Order: sequence, then structure tokens, then C-alpha cells
Amino acid sequence: MSVIENEAPVRDTGEVVLSLTGINKRFGAVQALTDVELTVLAGEVVALVGDNGAGKSTLVKTIAGVYQPDAGVIEFAGAPVTVAGPAGAQQLGIATVFQDLALCDNLDVVANLFLGKEHHLGPVLNEVTMEREAWRLLRSLSAKIPSVRIPVAGLSGGQRQTVAIARSLVGSPKVVLLDEPTAALGVAQTAEVLNLVERLRNQGLAVIMVSHNMADVQAVSDRIVVLRLGRNAAEFRTEEATTDQLVAAITGASDNVVAQRAARRAAHPEASQ
Amino acid sequence: MTDQLTDPPTPAVDAADERLVRVVSPADYLRQLGGRLRGGDLGMLPVIFGLVAICAFFYSREPTFLSSRSLVTMTLYAAPLGVIALGIVLVLLLGEIDLSVGTVSGFTSATTAVMFVSHGQSLALSILVAIALGALIGGGYAVLFVWVGVPSFVFTLAGLLAFEGALYWVLGDQGTINLPRDSGLPEFTRQKFLSDAQGYALVAVVVAVYVGSRLWAIRQKRAAGLTPPNLLGVVIKAAALAIGLGWLTYYLGIDRGWGYLPVLFAGLVVLMDLLLRRTRWGRYVYAVGGNEEAARRAGIRVGMVYGSVFVLCSTFAALGGVLVAGQLTTVSQSSGTTDTNLTAIAAAVIGGTSLFGGRGSAYSALLGILVLQAIRTGLNLMNVDSDVRLIVTGAVLLLAVAIDSVARRARSSSGRG
Repeated sequence: MSVIENEAPVRDTGEVVLSLTGINKRFGAVQALTDVELTVLAGEVVALVGDNGAGKSTLVKTIAGVYQPDAGVIEFAGAPVTVAGPAGAQQLGIATVFQDLALCDNLDVVANLFLGKEHHLGPVLNEVTMEREAWRLLRSLSAKIPSVRIPVAGLSGGQRQTVAIARSLVGSPKVVLLDEPTAALGVAQTAEVLNLVERLRNQGLAVIMVSHNMADVQAVSDRIVVLRLGRNAAEFRTEEATTDQLVAAITGASDNVVAQRAARRAAHPEASQ
Repeated sequence: MTDQLTDPPTPAVDAADERLVRVVSPADYLRQLGGRLRGGDLGMLPVIFGLVAICAFFYSREPTFLSSRSLVTMTLYAAPLGVIALGIVLVLLLGEIDLSVGTVSGFTSATTAVMFVSHGQSLALSILVAIALGALIGGGYAVLFVWVGVPSFVFTLAGLLAFEGALYWVLGDQGTINLPRDSGLPEFTRQKFLSDAQGYALVAVVVAVYVGSRLWAIRQKRAAGLTPPNLLGVVIKAAALAIGLGWLTYYLGIDRGWGYLPVLFAGLVVLMDLLLRRTRWGRYVYAVGGNEEAARRAGIRVGMVYGSVFVLCSTFAALGGVLVAGQLTTVSQSSGTTDTNLTAIAAAVIGGTSLFGGRGSAYSALLGILVLQAIRTGLNLMNVDSDVRLIVTGAVLLLAVAIDSVARRARSSSGRG
């Protein structure tokens, strides 16, 4: 391996990249989001957690331009914007990695990275520039991809996730939305992807990560926003939050089995030994 | 100096990962090839082996099968159906199907014959109208598919019936129209051949363009810090190309040589191959065939891709129909209706284009139609009736699809998608 420059964290936290206020979204009789607020700073990883049906996916799709909110303001880099469609979101600089990754298995890594944004010389694809750029991009993520000329189908789950995340960076976005990036991955691959998220933050990107996995969330995020039944339930700084608090916020009750057991342990430390 | 002694040479950007299997020596190359085959990445190897086996079989039964005369005739008869199969390859790459290419080819060629012979229009105009009709039919299919959402199987099945009716309607009560043998179309398809000098010149141009493009690729890749293609490999391939094509030109030249028609077909195949592999449109065709939803989210206008492919397929069908008419010097109520459809589809599949979309190449039309034509010619030489020919063709088609399906399963278990 050749030397990879040691990325000094270029954290310019403080600058608000994306902020949502008073977002409402209704599907027929279901009020999916009610006055939801969310703010992301540059160089910050915000984890979006919540139980099934809490509105995480709806919120992500609203930011990604798949849904239009019924009410509320989306501000991007300080100016109110309307996100009209996924293409509009990409133009603004909001890149989304959906859970199914949306890769073409029959195409190689380069073709997937630049799908829809190919470099070309006149009518002909410029494979050489794309390949060089692909390596540069993968290097900047310290990604472990053996070759960019093999079909994506031949890659492991973590490598596929890496390709999908690298692809989201092709248009130099400001915000990256990751929908359940570790959901289908093994232990080592999860670690690889979490490293990747860390690197995105170090590059000064604002990252919104949706996850079910409390361990992953606590490992990599700076802030945790909890949604419950379509409303903001709680918000924690990650280093201050305990798993119990998170579970309580997600379920909306401290009176459940998990919380009771935790309480018993706290009361009788020797009993849990 | 000391730095250079202590540091290993920096590997090319794309060879830096130590887990990557290096391919340096010819033995590495063979090993990699073996791995690919086991993994179900067969490409065109089955059809090439099949072609060799079929030729060997018929040659052992009837040595005139591989005579120069027989081969020239085969190239002439294979070409028009090959043009139709080329359109089928495109449709199959999207995972769709066009069952109507046969009757579309019959209908459009009948239009040409009626305009040219019965109405005394110029030949060029008659052919242009036929090709434009083909494009229009493809446009109609595109609308049905993209906007209405009818499955391609259904609207092309409807087209199969409707354009057979249109063929009868255009021919009216004439039944059969004969094209004058001295008119341009039959001459082009039956009597025009490259001279030996022209043939060798064409081979030289092809080899020179190949070598030039590879050398340019090596330069570009080296300048970009990537692993360039192996120079020795390029030389070997160029030599094989020159010797193979040169020998074929010599051998065909004993009889009549390269007809204009097979050269046109080969030119179309090369053109489509370049469009598919080297342009954004071709990339999008493979992407849509591989994962339509991913292509849509990547901002590709999926409808345009489908539309362009249906238009091209019907256009190739129309062109192929006109060429068939020129070759047979006649258009009748049976034009394009008997087995044109299935021959064209079988050729594309036998040539190695997957029915499941996203895999295949323009060359599969060429190889597939050669296999089918070899079977047809060989059985004709052995005086076997068409019933056996149909059975054998069916068996070969089934074998090709079975190989495709097995390879697909091997791919999904070895991670080649």
C-alpha cells in the first residue's frame, strides 16, 4: 500500500448546513410527521433513531426530495429551498444512499460510481479519467476495493456499501444521508462502514445516519435525534446519552422490561454479577 | 539514490491493493480465464466451441461443407437474418423481447417491393420508406411500453399478428412480387463482391485501427498512472486478427470473396458493439438491463433508453427484411412469417446474450447466426428435410438457454452477478 495522507480532521462545526423546521407530512389518515425539527452542522454526524413507524424513512425521503412536505421549511446553507425531486436534492448537494444501495450488479465499480454522471470526450466515454477519479475517491475514503474493473456483484456487502457511499460523493455534496448503512452487514464490514462515516465527517460533510443499531449509533454519531410517532421525542449529545435513556426515548416509556432490568441492576449491582 | 533503493517502486494506482490477483504472465492469464469460466462468466466461449464442433461434424460427413463456395454462400445467407438478430440483441439486453421482427421485416419489405415494382418509385425511396416504417413501428412499441406500460411480450405478439395482416393487405391480390434481378437491391445482396485487393485492404485497415486504438489506450492509461494493457497481449491479438481475417479473405477469395452484404452486416455489428461499450447510451442500456430502478435513481431517462432500443430493433428488422427480399428477389405472403422470428431470436440467444437482461454483446448476433446458418447449410448438404432442421435448431436453442441459465446460477453463487 502506498502512503495515504493522514486526514487531519477539518471540522468546521458550527456552520449549519441543513435545517428543517416544523415539517408536517400526512398520508391519508396517517399523520406521519408532526412539526419535526432537524439541524445538521458541517462535520457532524447526526443519528436519526426511532422505532418502526416513527417517521425516520418519511423524514429521510423528504430531505432526499422523494416526498414533498405538507408544511414546514427546509433551509439549505441558510437559504430556504424546496427540494423538488431526487435530482433537485442532488443538485443542491444532498446525496442519499438508500438502503438497497441501487447498484447495477452487471456493471463494474467505475461504471456504477459514475452512472448518470459519466465523463466523456465527445460521444465516447472517457474510461481513463473515470478510472483515475474512481481510485482517488476510494482512496479518500481509505476504501478497500481490490479492483474497480470487476462487476459490483463480486463485492462483499461492506464493499458494496462503500461503492454506494463513494458514489454519493461524486457530485461533491454537502450533506450525505445514509439509510440503515449497517443493516445487512457482518461485524467486520460494519466496522468498515463506520470508519467510512467517520471519514465523511472528517472531510467536513454533514452526515445524517438512520439506524436501528444503538451500538453503531453510539460508536459514530455526535448527536442523536429520536423520533417517536412522527414527533421529535428527544435529542442527545452522544457522549452524554446512555442506552437506557435512548431506549426510553424511543419506546416512549421508562416502564418496560428493558428499563426495569436496568433499574434493578442499578439498584443491586451485585445481583447482575 | 538511497530513497530509490529503499522504497519499493510505487505500484500503479489500480494495482496498489495487495489482495488483488496480479495478472502478469500468460500463465496468470490462463488461470484467471479458468476462474472466470468456473464462476459462470462464459461470454462467447460456448458458442465458439459449438461453432467449431458443428463445422467439424458436417465436414466429417460432407467435405464440401467447408469449401470456399459453401462458406461464401453461408456468409451471404447469414447476413440479412443477422441484421434482424442484432436488433433482438439490443432488446434482450434490456431484458425485453420483440416477437414481431419477422412479420415487421415481411411487411416493410413488401412495402418496398410494392412501391418499387408496382408503383415505379425509385429504389432508394422505396427502401427509405421501409426503414422509416420500421422506425415508426418501433416508436409505437416505445409509446406502448413506456407510457401505457404494456409488457413487451404482449404488444410484440399483437404486432406479430397485425403486421402479418398488414403484409397481406400491402400485397393485395398479387400474392407474390418479383424484384427485377438487374435492379440495385438484388445486385447488392447477390452479386456484389469485394475484389481480393479490396478485401486485403479492408483487413489491413481493421487491424491497423485495432492496434492504433490499443496503443492509444496504453498511452492514456500510462499517463494517468493506471496499469496499461499488456503490449505483448496486444501484439498477439493483433497478429491473430490479421492472420485469421487474412486467411479467411484468401479462402473466400478462391470462390467469390467477401460479399457486400456480409461486409455491411459485419460493419453494423462492429458499430453496435462500439456504441454499446463506448458511449453513454450503451452504458445506459446495460444499466437499465441490469437494474432499472438503480438506473432511474441515477438520473438516467429510462424511457428514452427503452424507446431508442425498440426503435432500433424494428429498424434493423425492416433493414433485414429488405435485404432478405433482395436476396430472394421476391416478396410473397410468406415473407418473414415462417421462421424468421425465431431464427433471429434464437441467433441472439445462442450467441450468448442473456434472456435475463444486462449481459451480452453485439457479436452474439454474428456468432449465433453463423451457428444457425452452419446447421442449415450442413443439413441441406446432407439432404436432410426441413423437419429435422427445425428439430435440430430447436435443440440448439434449448441448449443455449440451458447454458445461459446454468451460467447465471454459477454467477450468483460465485459473486459475478
